[in-house]
Amino acid sequence: MKLILHIWRQRGPNDAGKMVSYDVPDASPEMSFLEMLDVLNERLIEKGEEPVAFDHDCREGICGMCGIVINGIPHGPRPATTTCQLHMRTFNDGDQIFLEPWRAKAFPVVRDLVVDRSAFDRVISAGGFVSVNTGSAPEANSVPVAKKDADLAMDAAQCIGCGACVAACPNASAMLFTSAKVSHLGILPQGRPEAATRVQKMVSQMDAEGFGNCTNTRECEAACPKSIGVEFIARMNREYLCAALTDRPEAEGGGGV
Amino acid sequence: MTIELKSNIPSGPMEGKWEKHRFEMKLVNPANKRKYTILVVGTGLAGASAAASLAELGYKVKAFCFQDSPRRAHSIAAQGGINAAKNYCNDGDSVHRLFYDTVKGGDYRAREANVHRLAEISVSIIDQCVAQGVPFAREYGGLLANRSFGGTQVSRTFYARGQTGQQLLLGAYPALQRQIGLGAVQMFPRTEMLDVILVNGAARGIVVRNLVTGRIESHTGDAVCLATGGYGNLFYLSTNAKGCNVTAIWRAHRRGALMANPCFTQIHPTCIPVSGEYQSKLTLMSESLRNDGRIWVPKEKGDKRPAAQIPEDQRDYYLERRYPSFGNLVPRDVASRAAKAACDEGRGVGPGGLGVYLDFGDAIRRLGEKTIADKYGNLFEMYERITDENPYRTPMRIYPAIHYTMGGLWVDYNLMSTIPGLFVLGEANFSDHGANRLGASALMQGLADGYFIIPYTIGHYLANAKLEKVEPDAPACKAVIEEVAGRTARLLGVKGRRSPDSFHKELGKVMWDNCGMGRNAAGLQKAIQRIPEIREEFWKNISVLGTGEQLNQQLEKAGRVADFLEFGELTCRDALHREESCGGHFREEHQTPDGEAKRDDEKFAYVAAWEWKGEGQKPELNKEPLTFEIVHPTQRSYK
Repeated sequence: MKLILHIWRQRGPNDAGKMVSYDVPDASPEMSFLEMLDVLNERLIEKGEEPVAFDHDCREGICGMCGIVINGIPHGPRPATTTCQLHMRTFNDGDQIFLEPWRAKAFPVVRDLVVDRSAFDRVISAGGFVSVNTGSAPEANSVPVAKKDADLAMDAAQCIGCGACVAACPNASAMLFTSAKVSHLGILPQGRPEAATRVQKMVSQMDAEGFGNCTNTRECEAACPKSIGVEFIARMNREYLCAALTDRPEAEGGGGV
Repeated sequence: MTIELKSNIPSGPMEGKWEKHRFEMKLVNPANKRKYTILVVGTGLAGASAAASLAELGYKVKAFCFQDSPRRAHSIAAQGGINAAKNYCNDGDSVHRLFYDTVKGGDYRAREANVHRLAEISVSIIDQCVAQGVPFAREYGGLLANRSFGGTQVSRTFYARGQTGQQLLLGAYPALQRQIGLGAVQMFPRTEMLDVILVNGAARGIVVRNLVTGRIESHTGDAVCLATGGYGNLFYLSTNAKGCNVTAIWRAHRRGALMANPCFTQIHPTCIPVSGEYQSKLTLMSESLRNDGRIWVPKEKGDKRPAAQIPEDQRDYYLERRYPSFGNLVPRDVASRAAKAACDEGRGVGPGGLGVYLDFGDAIRRLGEKTIADKYGNLFEMYERITDENPYRTPMRIYPAIHYTMGGLWVDYNLMSTIPGLFVLGEANFSDHGANRLGASALMQGLADGYFIIPYTIGHYLANAKLEKVEPDAPACKAVIEEVAGRTARLLGVKGRRSPDSFHKELGKVMWDNCGMGRNAAGLQKAIQRIPEIREEFWKNISVLGTGEQLNQQLEKAGRVADFLEFGELTCRDALHREESCGGHFREEHQTPDGEAKRDDEKFAYVAAWEWKGEGQKPELNKEPLTFEIVHPTQRSYK
């Protein structure tokens, strides 16, 4: 396959970037998208040009590290597929392909196609956990969980934190990411004791990071490589409203020793 | 001078060793814990669970990972499950059976006391994970579901669809993030450890490079925990994530930590075969597939008909034929060698004849497509995305690939290396799996080390050690920073013509051809001669463009490949000296008449712990003898 790539090149966070075109005359349909970029990079190195920087690690669609906007779509044209799992057979001989980084205020560009997604970690730090110290857990089967609840929690827990939802959203909203974690923990009995504080703290951190709001365009759902649905956003909104109306602040000195 | 390896295994009966030891270990008073700083390198299951648990206890923790977030560590890619001796299935499981299966599965090259402790702790791990909200698979009654895995005859594996590693890490990573939010852990993502700092012989700090700014700096503390994973990428093509590397443990080795059993590498039988020269990694298909999939090749050599046209009586279900009692669920090393044997006979399938079928036809007829989709749906999808073939219709093609490394830094019962204050956790250490790891045991070991072992043993070390404060600008730190900076400058300064990947591929091929599934003296000697030549060329002809003061992925790669080029030679030396076959280490000279691994317990029932003697010097072999009080070594049989 002969391809022409147009790639966003940007030296550093404070440099101006631009699209640069490259020929790839010998891609094979069996290659993964990232292997095609490997081939390009090897050739650039041979020519003494700096290779294109892009994030990737597991290359099996689970670590969430890779992510390129391909022809305007985060992770490219194939549904429910990360960039690393996209194969060149999805494209045609002679195609021109445009590669850009995630673009969102909360995800500044580090270099070329690499962005800083640490905002997601801070959203998790705000409340995306169950506060249970090591060693204090009860016997695992002491709390039964209905299979359909466990399965639904698992659907939400599949989020790999890649940020495609943010990149796809016209408002650069992180609602799908945040709601997946709020739902995963909120559906399980183990996560209920903190559900009200969790949702409020995570939403507030999400706002503080500069992510936009949700206007129901559902681009996030379409871009999500793990097919996480917007039903979880609805669930989070319900949880948030309920918490905002009924959650009482902790009593002064309450529970202290 | 030979180093005396003190394993520090507690005395007394096996069942009571860990409990006795926990009582005998010294404690650090809660008010004193905050005076200690612990550096944790790596944030996979072992590192994240250790950092979170130590911070919960009150220690000051600094954690480091080279990825952009701690959640991306390679533990996340584990698919199949995690073992625990809960006996929820009432099928005869027990702590003793998990212990027995693991020692036997490891082909009698693991320490009994460590394995027993692991089996004891396994049950608490499941409790901890469930409390954190890990969405394990459940039965309709609401209780936890189990399945079986290779090398065992009970169902003791807990799982979360085909992404158990991710879900367990999403238990440990939020626990870590919670401690970061509380200010108890300081997190350094996109930061790579490049050396260890020793003061008065003890590990007191590390030197890291900030991968975004390029800044090289030191961090000091009272102890260092390396949870930096395995070295499978030594072979270039493996199921490991692209970033996995040996640098942290290799740098520690060069500072005096012994490297144990590096030749014990695991080759996983069920991976998607290589499709071309550009291949950058291999993808695992979970071992759990062997619960329902049947492995076969055509009976006739060179039978090129599509699978569907080969009638039942012309198929050889070779695992069921050779190992009737374990069938398709024999351990990984046995299944991998059997696949290689079938392909070597010319009966392999697919392009190049390097593949065997994993067939779900019978299971789909018996259980229905929906049940199979519920169990393995995401794995089937992944297979189809990569190969463009539908495994519900045609059998999967699979072939063995490097997957896990049992070897690693030598540690004692307390997980401490031969450098005082340097602890090694998870896949990075050598301790629990002997010469072959059983499926679903890596997650168990990583979490056991991090949640339930290091929190006790590190306190014991700190309470006994007399440590003076070390500032980050102490002379010892400055010296190591300079060394690291010099090495980085050297990589940038060669200005040769070849990329880091081209050297990595060349090394990987030498390793796979000579130190892969089958090894022999001639091949290993050839590799030991060849690797230094590649290394020499590397330092003459490596090309790293750009500067050190920016994100420079080629520079990162080049540093890791340089370390693999040293480590690979040691691995081959270890494989050459071990004149026996055991577990994943198959020396062609040492096999039974029917092609099974032939151990030599009289000569090789020991841990080979290698000592760095300097550049260009031969490493020195130290031995820790292994004794077996309970599980007496016999030839492993799965027939």
